[in-house]
Amino acid sequence: MSKRLTDIICPFCGTLCDDIEIDVSDDGKQILEVYNACAIGSEKFLHVQSPDRITRPRMKQEDGSWNEITYDEAAKYTAKVLCDAKKPLMYGWSSTSCEAQSIGHMIGEQVGGVLDNTATVCHGSTLIAMQDVGIPSCTLGEVKNRADRIIFWGCNPAHAHPRHMSRYSIYSRGYFTGKGSKSRKIIVVDPRPTDSASLADEYIQVEQGRDYELLDAFRAALKGSPLPKMIAGVPSEKIYELVEILKQGRFVVIFFGMGVTHSLGKNHNIDMAIALTSDLNNYTKASIIAMRGHYNVTGSGQVLGWQFGFPFCVDLSRGFARYNPGETSSNDLLMRGEVDGCLVIGSDPGSHFPIGSVKKINAIPTVCVDPHMTPTAAISKCHVPVALVGIEVGGSCYRMDNVPIDSRKVVDPPEGMLTDAEFLDLVLKEVNKIKGDAK
Amino acid sequence: MTKININLISGRTIQQGVSMEAGKEKENYMTSCGLIELDQADIHQLGIMKNTNVRVTSKFGSVIVKAILATQGPHPGLGWIPMGPWANMLVDSNTYSTGTPTFKGTAVTVEPAENEHVLSSIDLVLKSCNDV
Ligand code: SF4
Repeated sequence: MSKRLTDIICPFCGTLCDDIEIDVSDDGKQILEVYNACAIGSEKFLHVQSPDRITRPRMKQEDGSWNEITYDEAAKYTAKVLCDAKKPLMYGWSSTSCEAQSIGHMIGEQVGGVLDNTATVCHGSTLIAMQDVGIPSCTLGEVKNRADRIIFWGCNPAHAHPRHMSRYSIYSRGYFTGKGSKSRKIIVVDPRPTDSASLADEYIQVEQGRDYELLDAFRAALKGSPLPKMIAGVPSEKIYELVEILKQGRFVVIFFGMGVTHSLGKNHNIDMAIALTSDLNNYTKASIIAMRGHYNVTGSGQVLGWQFGFPFCVDLSRGFARYNPGETSSNDLLMRGEVDGCLVIGSDPGSHFPIGSVKKINAIPTVCVDPHMTPTAAISKCHVPVALVGIEVGGSCYRMDNVPIDSRKVVDPPEGMLTDAEFLDLVLKEVNKIKGDAK
Repeated sequence: MTKININLISGRTIQQGVSMEAGKEKENYMTSCGLIELDQADIHQLGIMKNTNVRVTSKFGSVIVKAILATQGPHPGLGWIPMGPWANMLVDSNTYSTGTPTFKGTAVTVEPAENEHVLSSIDLVLKSCNDV
């Protein structure tokens, strides 16, 4: 016998699909089948019962082998690393709940750490642009119900957010978009003709790294200004044609991704995309939304924002919150050799930071809190596996459009395994003991 | 030996996502991400068969990956390595005061390396860190 759980949240990408259905065994211990999720989401759910899963904390030995330890020992070691360091880096936070993040932030305050999340290698430049020029945005529900002009700029949802198009942006039928994809015009701008581009009405092959120029040209065309024949590899007639399509729409939404945030220009590319959105509001309604990756990177920005006023790279080492991307951000701190202890949680910089920064993490005492074996775990001194948020424990998460959603527990974690929040609680107690103000 | 100069970008693929969730220590992650997608014209210029190993080198590092024909092309002059440790061997750490390294738009050279092996994610990172 099995029972069907409904309205489960998928804890992989920022789309945070909330319609997943899962068959679990009668005793609630095993996932039997996952429905509605995309291939990545299904794999995430199913992988929790992989037979080779690591279920206990471990310390790396001299010879590179691992020695199993208890959660208490791991918490003591983590607290010592953080307290001994002059400027510990506490990085990640994007694949865990807002509740765990807030405990981590208390530790950060106690040890004078730098709290940075994965936006630092992702949409950090978007956050800078938002602070610089503001952002006209909306929720994905509004996109589904109202948007009839969709632009995907430098993002490839077919691969990175596989159900975004069917749930919100292309195929979904909403209140004013009853004909689904037939009621929408889709434009894709990307240096590669991606699988998302193949679903679009219009595909524009921009020269890599020249998004700023092209966005600027869209703004000029919108104002009826003359343009040179070719801009960033795109003929000007095409730009005028697209601008007409946008003006005729009832509601334009621009979705943008790493194509703009990772290319030179970075936050300035997004300034220009936001300015284009704001200009479009002179003709019709327009909004812009960042395609956030990790399912709760948005939540980390929110919690840091409430608590310290800044959404990422918050430096607490002077006893108050400082924020200066380029100075207080993980890769810059690592490359300058400014951090001397590291806690990684809910992320994998070993895979996703440039190797120059990874070498620096390897050289300092690092604790990696992660359910899986990853390159970060491999270069850490201590690896603490934990229960998976959104599968083995519930918690709050924020979708890419800043809508908070409660994730739900589906099955029990392996016997004796702690959650992120429980482990961080232990670390906080140890830190308080060391700092001498245990309550 | 023939070398070509191209511009490199990286990012997600669905295979990258699925294999990553199934375990980064597994072979499937390496076969999904330890590759470079090259345009037909660039493969031709390089004078190699598809699915052979190549060495990709930038100012910041070097890595062995398997060269395959672009699955989302054409895009002559542009190489694509899925996001992960292989791509990150080549990336400029400089964030230009934004916090974000320059993951896209890395100038690289590609040359045949049929006799070299693509390393697993864990071996690649451990080896690079311990080679310092
Ligand atoms: S689109 Fe994203 S949130 Fe939805 S099922 Fe796929 S991975 Fe999960």
